[in-house]
Amino acid sequence: MPSHARIAITGVGLCSPNGENLGEFRRNLLEGVSGVEAYSIRHVGETLAGVCHFDTLRYQKKKEARRGTRAGAIAIWCANQALEHAGLKPADVAAPPRYASERTGVYTGITEHGNVETENQIHEVAQYGFDMSYWSHHHNPRTVANNPAGEVTLNLGLRGPAYSLGGACAAGNLGLIHGMQMLQLGLVDLALGGGVSESIHTFGIFASFRAQGALARHADPRKASRPFDAARNGIVVAEGGCLFALERLEDALARKAKIYGEVVGYHVNSDATDFVLPDSAGQEACMRGALAHARLSAEDIDVVNTHATSTPSGDIVEATAVRSVFDGAARTHVNNTKSYIGHAMGAAGALELAGNLPSFDDGLVHPTINVDELDPACALRNLVVNEPRRIPRADTILNMSFGMLGINSAVVVRRFAG
Amino acid sequence: MTQDEVIIAIKDIIAQIAPDEDLSQLQMDLRLREQIELDSMDFLDIVMELRKLYGVQVPEKDYMELATLAGCVKYLHPLLEGKSLHCAQRA
Repeated sequence: MPSHARIAITGVGLCSPNGENLGEFRRNLLEGVSGVEAYSIRHVGETLAGVCHFDTLRYQKKKEARRGTRAGAIAIWCANQALEHAGLKPADVAAPPRYASERTGVYTGITEHGNVETENQIHEVAQYGFDMSYWSHHHNPRTVANNPAGEVTLNLGLRGPAYSLGGACAAGNLGLIHGMQMLQLGLVDLALGGGVSESIHTFGIFASFRAQGALARHADPRKASRPFDAARNGIVVAEGGCLFALERLEDALARKAKIYGEVVGYHVNSDATDFVLPDSAGQEACMRGALAHARLSAEDIDVVNTHATSTPSGDIVEATAVRSVFDGAARTHVNNTKSYIGHAMGAAGALELAGNLPSFDDGLVHPTINVDELDPACALRNLVVNEPRRIPRADTILNMSFGMLGINSAVVVRRFAG
Repeated sequence: MTQDEVIIAIKDIIAQIAPDEDLSQLQMDLRLREQIELDSMDFLDIVMELRKLYGVQVPEKDYMELATLAGCVKYLHPLLEGKSLHCAQRA
């Protein structure tokens, strides 16, 4: 199989704090509807979070949901929806020759996995004086890193390669990138790739961000996530997920699938500078790497979807990197999706890309909301603020996601034009 | 706990472990796993719930005693004597 096979996005399955499918998500991104709400979690107490409210039992039996994890439930929701959106019923996938289940891969990007279940188990055994006979036999299958992808295979009867990619908050893009690579290597014929986050169910994430001084606070939850605003004060942790149905373009065309975009380039690199703090140089190199891979220049990109998480220092670092790449690109517009949903961690890259894909059809750039007073240090050319903007041409999107330990990822998607 | 209450107790636990199953027609003398979808992990869940709700420790060598509802009553009734019925789903 040639390594340059073109890869099409033919389906999008997602759950976001402000939308249970692509249409609802996009509508709320254009109408400025936030999904952040008041939230309480043990040991931390009252805080804020992006919470998903999808009906778990639409695609899972009660027993599956009870036995599995929240990350698994999110992945199952996204996988089923991605297949439906792609016009591939699960039965089509499981039954050759259309897409043999053995030739279908599942790749879930995760920031972390296992914290939720481990905390729950420790809480449980603490009620019994730490008697380990009360430690659940479900702990290991729930905490293994491949859990979300594995639960998808069990739910849909998929027998191909399925596992997670751990990439901190860059992971959502990694799931997409890896799916593309597996298709190009000819190792699968259909890939479900993206990311999932169950992180709002682990108190440790909140406590750690709070200890770091990086947890958002605001009287109005909907205003708490405010990248690039002068009054931003930290991250809103969110749950969510997004899996893309990916196919080789020739296969997608052969079955007359609707093509939502073509993945034309990507890059992943490392800052090698700090455990936590991002680095403009690494981010810039990552964006330039993705552009080079796509054989595009900055001027060719219509929408840049930033990663900015609403932290005082991180947003400035990213703005610096974006300026250095795109300041001379007159037609490039910049936005941010976390302002609506908070930081969906391992899902962020995929989910935020998904929210921007409809630009190819509606010609609009969704804004970054909650910018009451733009921080001058975050000023960016063509930053779309508070109101959607119609642009003359929406053919290319560059999506960025960065994570701890200095991992950066960037993906370039282009409108399919034959 | 009476023998009837032991049946209620075990059915209540099974209802939590296997929430998609209809338990209204369960036969006393047929193996539970032949009547409803119940695997080894589910069985361990039943043992765990007995431990949590009633403080009953079922050693592995005795697991087969719980294969049927009748077996559950026979094995558990002496162990649950003097204990009150709990509802697993409220626990």
